[in-house]
Amino acid sequence: MVETEIVHVENLTKLFGHKAAVDHISFSVPQGEVFGLVGPNGAGKTTTVKMLTTLLPSSGGSASIHGYDIRKHPSQVRRFIGYVPQALSADGDLTGYENLLMFCKLLGISGTERPRRIQEILEMMDLTEAAHRRVKQYSGGMVRRLEVGQAMLMRPSVLLLDEPTVGLDPVARRTVWDLLNSFRQQYPLSILITTHYMDEAEALCDRVAIMNHGHIAALDTPAALRAGTGNPEATMEDAFRFYTGGDYAEEADYRDVKRTRKIARRLG
Amino acid sequence: MTSSVLARLPGASAENMPEGRQESWLAVWLRGIAGVVELEVRKLWHDPTEVFTRAVQPALWLLIFGEAFSRLRAIPTGGVSYLTFMAPGILAQSMMFISIFFGIAIIWERDLGLMQKMLALPLPRSVFILGKALAAGVRSLAQVVVVIIISLLIEIPLRWQLVPLLGVIATVMIGAMIFASFSMILASIVKTRERFMGLGQLFTMPFFFASNALYPISIMPPWLQVLSRINPLTYVVNLLRGFLVTGQVNASADFGILIVVAVVMVVVATKLYPTAIY
Repeated sequence: MVETEIVHVENLTKLFGHKAAVDHISFSVPQGEVFGLVGPNGAGKTTTVKMLTTLLPSSGGSASIHGYDIRKHPSQVRRFIGYVPQALSADGDLTGYENLLMFCKLLGISGTERPRRIQEILEMMDLTEAAHRRVKQYSGGMVRRLEVGQAMLMRPSVLLLDEPTVGLDPVARRTVWDLLNSFRQQYPLSILITTHYMDEAEALCDRVAIMNHGHIAALDTPAALRAGTGNPEATMEDAFRFYTGGDYAEEADYRDVKRTRKIARRLG
Repeated sequence: MTSSVLARLPGASAENMPEGRQESWLAVWLRGIAGVVELEVRKLWHDPTEVFTRAVQPALWLLIFGEAFSRLRAIPTGGVSYLTFMAPGILAQSMMFISIFFGIAIIWERDLGLMQKMLALPLPRSVFILGKALAAGVRSLAQVVVVIIISLLIEIPLRWQLVPLLGVIATVMIGAMIFASFSMILASIVKTRERFMGLGQLFTMPFFFASNALYPISIMPPWLQVLSRINPLTYVVNLLRGFLVTGQVNASADFGILIVVAVVMVVVATKLYPTAIY
């Protein structure tokens, strides 16, 4: 069987002034794969995702989703992606049901199809009982599940998750992992995930790209990355240190930290 | 059960369009705008506090400032009482206040991640600006109700028949679109709430006082007259006063100017809006 390439990235670059936030990175994600971009805050993960979701114009190189170039056909690209941004993006003033309903309307899902799709997403995300409560009252894990549900409404080819478990407690993190793992067993959905948690990369990803200073320092399966260090007992943390030479990007600036804290606070 | 939703998940390239049919550009656009407006209205419906707190300001202007100044008789009002003269001006001001702080929602939604998610939807970006601008109009319409109630209470004679009322609604909507888009332009440029609040305050005063909301242009010094004539609020007040007080409306000229300004504002805001997340 020929692997269908869903995401293709070649020498993708983003400059902010003279500084390269993303510096000539290349990778591809075949259908059904869970691909992880791993690295510290400021490594260029979120910038990469923003370029792939057409939110941020790239400075050089190219990338395509489902064969559509992100610069030339942004509206086509947006038809195939489900995006869950880092910050909590479900609307707290609306109920979970309304969040899904409004997305259906924005996506042009017909009135006859809507109830079926919403109900199925609610069941899949285990939110049926909370459907008519306002999202403000949801726990962090529930909000995340709702957001993944919103992103799944339009049947994307690739789900882009930016730090999906940042600020979640261990139990809620586990629920999100289980959810994503069950997706991939059931559907040939590609998932691109960014995280700075090494255990998360190991638990979820088929292949991992270790990013540092805007570069990809290493790209392989988690097992191969660990083996590559030469130490049979190496953890993903060790592998990360090995490939980055211990030289972490200390670029998590004030804004990043502030944002992470804010998300954590909203998650309670 | 769940499998049916996602049964034909990826790879369904051509089918992956909504409902598997090709929608016209216009249909997508209108559906998007309607969606954004509905979203805003639902939020307001869940928490209508803002409608009530916003009602206080025009009430104070009319009841305190208006009652006091109507004793002065220093301002030429064209033969009507000062309260009657200023009521349309206060309606315009109240619409502008609501709309000019609307852009703060952009910053808020950017911080929340809501905006990022919306921009990643397969919809043209003008949809978000137009939808929000119209939503600002809907909020401002609540002020029309407020002014009607106050004018009935303190017996300000205004022409509230159907035709003038429709004219008032159209004027308030288009005025709100202008100031809301202007506000979204500011928000996209300054990017932080603190700076935005400062700027918002800075702009409301000249828009309000360099207009004919409280006094006619004829009493202003020449330089202020020039300012008033390039101020869109002046044309809003012209129309409102025409519909509600004098019954003489220069509709084509005033609406024409407002429509041109609105189109320019919406176009610029559409260009700048996606840059708010950079």
